[in-house]
Amino acid sequence: MQLTDKHREYWSKNLRLTAVLLAIWFVVTFVVIWFAKDLNEIVIAGFPLAFYMGAQGALIIYVLVIWFYARKMNQMDKDYGVHEGEE
Amino acid sequence: MATAASSNTAFFNQLKKYYTFYTGGFIAFVIILAIMEKMGLPPKIIGYIFLAATIALYAGIGVMSKTADVSEYYVAGRRVPALFNGMATGADWMSAASFIGMAGTLYAAGYDGLAFVMGWTGGYVLVALFLAPYLRKFGQFTIPDFLGARYGGHLPRTIGVLAAIICSFTYVVAQIYGVGLITSRFTGLEFGVGVYVGLAGILVCSFLGGMRAVTWTQVAQYIILIVAYMIPVVWLSVNITGNPIPQIAYGGALQEVTKIEKELNDPATPKGAAEASVRAIHKEKAKEWGDKIKALDDAVKAGNGAAFHAEQKGKVEKKLADLKAQTPETQAKAVADAEVKLAEMKAAPMPDAKAVADAEKKLADLKAAPVPDTKAIAATEKDLKDFPADIEKLKAKWAGAEKGAKAKSGAVAAHATPFSGKGAEKKLMKEAADKGETPSPEAIAKAKAEDKKTSDDKRNNFIALVLCLMVGTASLPHILMRYYTTPSVREARVSVFWSLFFIFLLYFTAPALAVLAKYVIYHDLVGSSFASLPAWVQNWAAVDPTLMKVADMNKDGLIQLAEVTIGTDLIVLATPEIAGLPYVISGLVAAGGLAAALSTADGLLLTIANALSHDVYYKMVDPNASTVRRLTVSKMLLLVVAILAAYVTSLKPGDILFLVGAAFSLAASAFFPALVLGVFWKRANYLGAVIGMLAGLLTCMYYMYMTYEFFGGVPANEWFAIKPIAAGVFGLPAGFLGVIIGSLITPAPSKEIQELVDHVRYPSLEGDISTKAA
Repeated sequence: MQLTDKHREYWSKNLRLTAVLLAIWFVVTFVVIWFAKDLNEIVIAGFPLAFYMGAQGALIIYVLVIWFYARKMNQMDKDYGVHEGEE
Repeated sequence: MATAASSNTAFFNQLKKYYTFYTGGFIAFVIILAIMEKMGLPPKIIGYIFLAATIALYAGIGVMSKTADVSEYYVAGRRVPALFNGMATGADWMSAASFIGMAGTLYAAGYDGLAFVMGWTGGYVLVALFLAPYLRKFGQFTIPDFLGARYGGHLPRTIGVLAAIICSFTYVVAQIYGVGLITSRFTGLEFGVGVYVGLAGILVCSFLGGMRAVTWTQVAQYIILIVAYMIPVVWLSVNITGNPIPQIAYGGALQEVTKIEKELNDPATPKGAAEASVRAIHKEKAKEWGDKIKALDDAVKAGNGAAFHAEQKGKVEKKLADLKAQTPETQAKAVADAEVKLAEMKAAPMPDAKAVADAEKKLADLKAAPVPDTKAIAATEKDLKDFPADIEKLKAKWAGAEKGAKAKSGAVAAHATPFSGKGAEKKLMKEAADKGETPSPEAIAKAKAEDKKTSDDKRNNFIALVLCLMVGTASLPHILMRYYTTPSVREARVSVFWSLFFIFLLYFTAPALAVLAKYVIYHDLVGSSFASLPAWVQNWAAVDPTLMKVADMNKDGLIQLAEVTIGTDLIVLATPEIAGLPYVISGLVAAGGLAAALSTADGLLLTIANALSHDVYYKMVDPNASTVRRLTVSKMLLLVVAILAAYVTSLKPGDILFLVGAAFSLAASAFFPALVLGVFWKRANYLGAVIGMLAGLLTCMYYMYMTYEFFGGVPANEWFAIKPIAAGVFGLPAGFLGVIIGSLITPAPSKEIQELVDHVRYPSLEGDISTKAA
């Protein structure tokens, strides 16, 4: 089994995507919590921002992050010819 | 390949049809029960029918899915479509604590409770990005399998088995506890009996069909639990806000709650003044408990602990004997005595107004009491039966009472405000203002610093807990195992999305429910009259005083918030009644809670039994065992583990929330570094894994041992004031460090192992090796 440059490119692209999505995860979770008191001063539709992020906002973003990752990677598998057989 | 694809599609369509029919049938069943309720079916029978019907249903699926095939037994034949695996993971994931306890925790803790909501969902991002696709490509049966293949040798696998058993067993005890609680609440069986009835419900699913049966039962259980959770909340939301989407509509309710919180904390308003009077009573009570605890401590110090305990118990016994000895004559004499005493007090040269009022009240109570006072006798008998067995438990009970009274003597915490401080500055200013002084700048600065420290500690603990719960999610073997069951890597990725989506439906509803319930209590209940309590308050107060208790402490005939005691489980359990729904919906909620507890317990028991039968027996003891023998051993172990877990549960160990949190911290510290670096760092090797896993696990256990009171630890040992529940925040870096150092001081792993890493990184490679398990 020999990895080609294309394979290496696939893996480094995967790593970059993983890092970007992880950064989003980190910001909506930990950065928001760290500044929760200040962010709560902003009120939208009756919801203080930090409270809403903890209760719903962050959750919605988590779901979207995972959805995006699955979509993007499944497409990338095909682009780089490392996808599985027609299953 | 084309045939495999078309058979997968056919299978998916077939499943869709089955579960659509099933959902329709279940809804029809609920409607029929509702009609029967209207015709006069008593609630108790409805409770029984729900319990029996759902367990029979799970048993039916379990029997239909029985299998003698190893791959079916361990990974459901690897053909569970992403959508259904998502539902099964959702049920596997959401425990009794999520279903029944979460909204109540949020009600009580406000923002600070959101750590659980974020922690138990955000972890799936880590599962998706770091683990699920790679584990699926690896494609064997258990998590220790991966450790064994990636790092070589028996030791990494053994540590994996050990860690899997420790965290799964801790977690399963909490689940079986939940099963016992729900069963006993809705059928009136004893807790101990409820545990074994629930256990039977768990075993019928998993015993015959292993992962295959558990998967299809969990899908069925997910449907029940999500329907049961949503109906009451949507109804409540329509009642209060007129909007059927609670997650959007509760903003208005939150604003109203915030407004009332301010009013209740302001003694200048009539409601605030009434609250203040009740708080003063709580403060006095807290002091009384404090004095009692001090007397107890003194007795223990003098070596008279046992005598003190006997004396306190004797007081209850005497009270009971006195109550039982009451006759109309003795009561008449007691009334006469009290009248004489009262007259003497009034005749005194300087009557003590407070003492006179107390004596008058006592007299009135005495006159009003029935003879014999059966209610008081029953209550005292219960007190005696539940009397703490030794002096330490007595102290714990009293300390709990003191803590409760202290909490109620303080201001109402604002729901949406994160990390509130102790209010030291406010207190200082108020005390100074009462005395007409201005506090010194140093005193103000000191109070401010104190508030800031409390607030910062809370924030740090919140962050640590969120991190532990998230990483723990991505490390719990019973969840990771589920991604072995999908047909392909791409389906595994999509499956994580469905998993979180189905979990998200419940988790983003819970905060809305908490606020809506708070609105009902603050807006409708507080300030209403004791003479006209809502029916749901009366019912729940009668069923279980630990869940709902109201007492007119300041005798003004109106309800103040500080007079209401609510158990966390009440919020979800009482929502159908608060929303004015028929009892059948309460039965549905109970069935949902049971489904949540059973499905999680199933997944966990299977994980433990598989670790023992597959990893220990087959891989280490007897690699030549026949298929029949492997499955027989597996099933026997499942039975043994289940009975052992039920036995441990019936002893009622420790605090359930702590048990759950501990399982997450342990899993995060032991597994996450070795699993993730195993995929993302080729250089990670045998020694690294061994050191890393042991360092993580031991650091975590050591920290809990040093700081958690149950193990004899003291909070003074805490590092950075982090609570023991978040011990993983120290175990995790220890684990990573261990893997890195251990790997760098020994040679890189062999070429075969590096090829294995490439194998799991690419869904498909030409000339690929195979790691498929037989």
